[in-house]
Amino acid sequence: MLIFESEITGKAPSPQQMQEIMGKWMSWIDKLVKAGKYVSGEPLLPGGKIIKGNGKTVTDGPFTEGKEIIGGYFIVNAADYDEAVALCDDYPDYERGGAVIVRQVQKMDMPA
Amino acid sequence: MKASTHIDETVDHLFRHEWGKLVSVLTKLFGPQNLELAEDVVQDTLVTALSNWKINGLPQNPSAWLFTAARNKAVDALRQQKRKDEFSKSITPLLQSEYTLAPTVKETVNTNTIDDDQLRMMFVCCHPSLSTEAQVSLILKTLCGFSVTEIAKAFVTGYDTIEKRLYRARQTFRENNVQFELPAVADLDNRVEAVLMAIYLLFNEGYNSTNHEDLIRNDLMNEAMRMCELICRNEKVNHANAHALMALMCFTASRNDARLDKDGNILLLKQQDRSKWNRALIETGVFHLEESAAGETISKYHIEAGIAYEHAQARDYQHTNWNNILHCYNLLYRLYPTPVIALNRAIVISELSGAAAGINAIENIQQLSSLKNYYLLPATLGELYWQLKQYDKAKTYFEEAITLTQSAIEKKLLQQKISQPV
Repeated sequence: MLIFESEITGKAPSPQQMQEIMGKWMSWIDKLVKAGKYVSGEPLLPGGKIIKGNGKTVTDGPFTEGKEIIGGYFIVNAADYDEAVALCDDYPDYERGGAVIVRQVQKMDMPA
Repeated sequence: MKASTHIDETVDHLFRHEWGKLVSVLTKLFGPQNLELAEDVVQDTLVTALSNWKINGLPQNPSAWLFTAARNKAVDALRQQKRKDEFSKSITPLLQSEYTLAPTVKETVNTNTIDDDQLRMMFVCCHPSLSTEAQVSLILKTLCGFSVTEIAKAFVTGYDTIEKRLYRARQTFRENNVQFELPAVADLDNRVEAVLMAIYLLFNEGYNSTNHEDLIRNDLMNEAMRMCELICRNEKVNHANAHALMALMCFTASRNDARLDKDGNILLLKQQDRSKWNRALIETGVFHLEESAAGETISKYHIEAGIAYEHAQARDYQHTNWNNILHCYNLLYRLYPTPVIALNRAIVISELSGAAAGINAIENIQQLSSLKNYYLLPATLGELYWQLKQYDKAKTYFEEAITLTQSAIEKKLLQQKISQPV
């Protein structure tokens, strides 16, 4: 699982810069799909809730307080961490302070 | 997720063009007094779109997606702003009542009248209370989706200069209570003229400036043509002069790919590979030139289009119809007796009757002294004296021209002329 964390920067990109960012994302996804690595993905809205404790207290998560927000995730096929990390080579947002968190989904192959 | 959809295949400049549509529609909703709010809502809409689309891929209909998002954000923005007295006074009563707010936003923010809305926005940008510079900057900012940084780069000026210019323009809209509407019939000709002038400047900024890279240059030219096309295809303001300007821009832009060699050096008309001229654009130009003949007036755009047409039609430099071109320059000079036009006319005379006749025509230009800092004057004289084999005199003129131009690319061209074999 590739989790995309972006930094909230002061200045929004211009429409032309957005176009360029979009183009890079599309070609990255395209490449992952063509290589048979892409499984699925969803964007996430800012904000969220945390439910905690015996009293099931609901609080607004610290999702927007920090500098970093999770903007979405991809599920990809990768044999190991090395391959997963290599797939992130073309992640387009490094230069704008973005980061990718790579996590492995636990799978147990059960006999049929 | 549609993996195979490449954004650049879908639409070049999707974000810029959708920006222009959304700003127009939201300015219709909020009024030109609240242009800044409209731009904020659009910026917010596009940022949201980007964060969704980059993971999900482009939606089937990006425009519809954006308009839906913009409607929701507009309703939110209005609810927030309404508490401010001053803002409430500036918007229509329909937006003030919670009862009618959402339906009014829904009714207004859609793509049904998008061409009309962008046209109105153009007239707002070219409001007579604004300077031409402010008009061009506003068109780029609101309709073409250029950022302040990008506009500053296009005009080779500072960020603050553009920022101030736009700030003052927005202030003018508030002070003069500028409305989002097409001009009255009685004013239409003058107002269209102002819009065409701004478009013409935008195009020339792209075409003439050799100070910046190809990319911006082509962007400016394309945007100017896109704006002019909006006027040409609108029945209410469809104007012969707009078609003439469109024709001129098509013919001129058709030579874009042939203007520079692979090292970025300027190629003169004489040296250009005419097979690289864009035939489709020339055809479009011919169509607009024919449409432009429908009017009863003849504008400078008609004449300049006529000159550009003659060049576009000539199969090579030798076959240029210099007689027709001279005729156009005579007409143009009668309308605008400026030394620059007289200089261009003199070049045509040299093509028809030789270098000596050209020099003679230059020497007879009225107010020639006003061209003393114009690098094309010594550059032209250098060229003509070279043809007359007066090489020393020619070199002196070329050297003078080098000191008068800022452009590295032009300096290089002139340097090549000095060192060319005799």
